[in-house]
Amino acid sequence: MDRESVEQLRAGNPRAVARAISAVERGGAAARDVIAAIFRYTGRAQIIGVTGAPGTGKSTLVNEIAKLYRRRGQRVGIVAVDPTSPFSGGAILGDRLRMQDLAGDDGVFIRSMATRGNLGGLASATSDAVKVLDAAGFEIVLIETVGAGQSEVNIAKNAHTTIVVEAPGLGDDIQAIKAGILEIADLLVVNKADHDGAESTVAALEMNLNLKPKAENDWRPPVLKTIATKGEGIADTVEWIGKHRAYLETNRLLESRERARLRAELEMVVQRELMARLVHGVNGGKIETLVEKMAAREIDVYQAAEMLLGA
Amino acid sequence: MADRPIRVLIAKPGLDGHDRGAKVVARALRDAGMEVIYTGIRQTPEMIAEAALQEDVDVVGLSILSGAHLDLFPRIVDLLKQKGLHDVLLVCGGIIPDEDMATMQKMGFAGVFGPGTSTQDLAKFIRDQIATRRAGATA
Repeated sequence: MDRESVEQLRAGNPRAVARAISAVERGGAAARDVIAAIFRYTGRAQIIGVTGAPGTGKSTLVNEIAKLYRRRGQRVGIVAVDPTSPFSGGAILGDRLRMQDLAGDDGVFIRSMATRGNLGGLASATSDAVKVLDAAGFEIVLIETVGAGQSEVNIAKNAHTTIVVEAPGLGDDIQAIKAGILEIADLLVVNKADHDGAESTVAALEMNLNLKPKAENDWRPPVLKTIATKGEGIADTVEWIGKHRAYLETNRLLESRERARLRAELEMVVQRELMARLVHGVNGGKIETLVEKMAAREIDVYQAAEMLLGA
Repeated sequence: MADRPIRVLIAKPGLDGHDRGAKVVARALRDAGMEVIYTGIRQTPEMIAEAALQEDVDVVGLSILSGAHLDLFPRIVDLLKQKGLHDVLLVCGGIIPDEDMATMQKMGFAGVFGPGTSTQDLAKFIRDQIATRRAGATA
């Protein structure tokens, strides 16, 4: 990345930001080049993750939260992830549809990303796209995950504060005590709070939180009610994001979260690179041969992997 | 380096609310392996150009049935150019009278697809056009 592009990006030039995100999405040398140029300028943004099941109102909530930060004069970047078709490789990226209030505001940058086959609720380039927005001076970066089920928990490793959005009527109190997505919440938001069953959803979530043994200085996620389409409960939500941030700071958890995040990122990249080098280094024919042997039940998957890695 | 999936913005400028066609096209292009950013109805030219810029799309597809294309489209094309998006492929569909075809092409629309267009033809048109552009860009 040349010096001028870096300067334009840091000045928040939208074309420079957009192209840098495309480059990190493309991966490989293009991504490495961008990150090498901007990494030193990152680490300033407050990263907020928003996750939850499809249709709970994540995009509308993100729209409202972004509007509130804008009223406070903070610049807001948004990365909205939607799933890639496992069959065609195509995607419908529809989150902007709910964020039209933010159009025409130079202090907001919205980018839609397809997962391109990555699991866990994010695209593999999401954390790099966040770095681009961070380096471009967006003080708040909101990440909206794909409509998440129970185990898409990668957002927690990418954000300082994770909001899990629920809606009334999605499940009983057994759903509330299951492991997975509810455990990563720093804030629990019951959106569509004007719908039937909102109170019992809140009660089930509260009950689950009460079952957790309390240690000193533990963060207890608040259970908040919002009606995002009417902007209700948003001020409260943003206030709690601030409280969570303050909690992380006073307990010196920001540093340890940051290090955990960097470690997770390093492990992910090493995994990806090793896989790429392995697949690249081994000729395709060898993998095919192993697959054939597996199909014939001559060798099992562990033996095949051993042969591949030993090569 | 492998080509990235073709990124397409599908938008409906102006005030008509008939978005069935735009949704059919969005879905068909998804099935053709493209990443479709769908922004829906009642988009101003400014919103469309801003979305195209931020999303760094290869293609902008506009659907219009209101008859306002000669008012709205030139503004969109101008804004895209102002924002430095000179190499975006422009296509449109909906109700565009035959006598406007030449104007549309002069404006920069490479393809005008009216009612009855096969979505496979549309996908193929976009793929071929983008392949040519990408080959040109790296040559």
